[in-house]
Amino acid sequence: MDLTYTAEEEEFRAGLREWLAKALPALPPKPSPDDWPGRRAYDLGWQRTLYDAGYAGLHWPLDAGGRGATPVQHLIYLEETEKAGAPYVGANFVGLLHAGPTIAAEGTAGQRARWLPPVLRGEEVWCQGFSEPDAGSDLAALRTRAWRDGDDYVVSGSKIWTSHAEVADWCELLVRTDPAAPKHRGISWLAMPMDAPGITVRPLRTLAGPAEFAEVFLDEVRIPVAHRVGAENDGWRVTMVTLSYERGTAFVGEVVACRRVLGELAHAARGNGRWDDPVLRRWLGRLNAEFRALWRLTQWNVSEAGRTGGVPGVGGSVFKLRYSHARQELYDAAAEVLGPEALDLDREWTRDRLMSLSYTIAAGTSQIQRNIVAERILGLPKGR
Amino acid sequence: MDFQLTEDQRALRDGVRALLAGRFGPEPLRAAVARGGRGLDRALWRELGEAGFFSLRLPEADGGAGLGLPEAVLAFEEAGRVLLPGPLVATHLAAGEVPGAATGETVVTAVYGGLVEWLDESDAVRDGAWGPAAGGAADAVPLTSVDPLTPLHRVPGNLPTGPTGRAGPAGRAGPVGSPAPTGPPRPPDPLVTLLTAAEQLGNAARTCETAVQHARTREQFGQPIGAFQAVKHLCAQMLVRVELARAAVYAAAVTADPMDIAAARLLADDAAVRGARDCLQVHGGMGFTWESDVHLYLKRAWVRTRRGGTVTESEELLAADLLAGAGR
Repeated sequence: MDLTYTAEEEEFRAGLREWLAKALPALPPKPSPDDWPGRRAYDLGWQRTLYDAGYAGLHWPLDAGGRGATPVQHLIYLEETEKAGAPYVGANFVGLLHAGPTIAAEGTAGQRARWLPPVLRGEEVWCQGFSEPDAGSDLAALRTRAWRDGDDYVVSGSKIWTSHAEVADWCELLVRTDPAAPKHRGISWLAMPMDAPGITVRPLRTLAGPAEFAEVFLDEVRIPVAHRVGAENDGWRVTMVTLSYERGTAFVGEVVACRRVLGELAHAARGNGRWDDPVLRRWLGRLNAEFRALWRLTQWNVSEAGRTGGVPGVGGSVFKLRYSHARQELYDAAAEVLGPEALDLDREWTRDRLMSLSYTIAAGTSQIQRNIVAERILGLPKGR
Repeated sequence: MDFQLTEDQRALRDGVRALLAGRFGPEPLRAAVARGGRGLDRALWRELGEAGFFSLRLPEADGGAGLGLPEAVLAFEEAGRVLLPGPLVATHLAAGEVPGAATGETVVTAVYGGLVEWLDESDAVRDGAWGPAAGGAADAVPLTSVDPLTPLHRVPGNLPTGPTGRAGPAGRAGPVGSPAPTGPPRPPDPLVTLLTAAEQLGNAARTCETAVQHARTREQFGQPIGAFQAVKHLCAQMLVRVELARAAVYAAAVTADPMDIAAARLLADDAAVRGARDCLQVHGGMGFTWESDVHLYLKRAWVRTRRGGTVTESEELLAADLLAGAGR
């Protein structure tokens, strides 16, 4: 058990800090949450800045254009960028954290050369076409159908909860290529260009106000067979690779962010007198324990990944279960600090409180995560 | 940074586990319950001493193993797993201070939060460094302990206390009759809090395993109850609490930071108490009987929650830490 960083790791941290101190003041102003083209430009601009400085795709393998950084270096990167208040990964989320790592792990050399560099350079945005209206948590029940027609698949169906669909160039799309097979076996993973004819995107307004995701309708969209990643009907396995990335590493930076917010909450409470309420104070103290422990669990999981060298394991579900709940509680505590102002939608913490409601649903509901933990880690029998 | 157990640490953990499995399995546990918390097993205590359980952190020159807090935490986690009875934390912390503690010849207990464990079976009382009642063990009165494996004495409040009160080896009387202290009570010894949290972690891990094993084998409605989501999800939440507590306790052992220790304590208490309750729930009616071991885990977990200062104090400490700039 060692929590100290090596000289090389500290050197990496220092270099990153120094660079961030220079790069962040040069950023353009943040676009409004409703301005999708503005958000795309802002997020891609930051990605390009990272690329030029050599910080893009830090944790990606070298042969995928990344820097092949160790999990610990990646942890330091996420910690320092968040501490410095650097932009969130934003519209690059799917490309950098889902589709990119999946293509890097499962794609052919040609596919890697085509799709990975534009993600790293901040030139192309990806979105995720997994969930469907009747197949959300039961993801494998998806019905979007793909027929072979010469060198193309012809795809019809619809997707839902597709973040960044309005501004995406590519969609990692799950389709059913063999309806006769058991539901997990007849699925394929395709890269769909979002400008293909037959695609209709309808933004969905979230309870927080702005549209964060969209419904995507597919009417005989033609996608080249060459855009399939992995073997035909092997898409479920490929998808599990993607999801393990999502659950394993996607929330690391957010823990750091939550610890920062918690500190701000305490200072705000002292500023407005709420700090004198011992119940609230002790609640914030307990949240401090919670987020300290979540950070330690992050370090534990990252160290484990460093040892096994593989894809993050199902332990990510353990993390996500506790983190998603803790995040919601953090913003409930923020509302206690704000008092009447907690009902003001112009307050950032009020908007964040609304957004936090998605955390126990997105990327697999807490109920699904508990099934995963119970069946795959604890070995309890499958059932209803 | 490699926040995983080293090979040596794994070997140590496995060694302690094997020792305790051979020496304090389910049958000795039942026998100890039958004795009603009388007669601490002195032979076992000496074996623990010989194995280095108490002298683990003493320098090699003083007859110890020269190991650190992470190793001690691993050993205490194992003790917590099997509900090993006795004032383990106090004796461990007395090694090097009280003659015979390191070798297990002397049983040392301590006053924590107005309570003394195993007073009648102990040779010395160490000042638990907590509360105005510390050191007043001479006037302690017995109470009927909720945990059949932890006899308890209550120390009447407002007693004068000694300075830092190192307990003498001569008997159980700590320094009594010294002038009343001025100022606020001293905070709990962070090492008491940490080693207790390690025991709570072992307690929690064990109840999770026990619940899962029961859920796999117990059949109702024609299938193992673990196939029902209601039961499955209870078990999953137990594991989540264990894993988070484990990360917090191990990290606190590495840093020895008071805030890390306070956080570890809150999470480990939570994992132990709620884990034991959930384990009881999974066992249903059987869990509510004396014959099942589940209640022993819950009762011991309750006893341990009184050791490291109150929960409120830990929460206040962590709240003050937020204003001090941590977490920013």
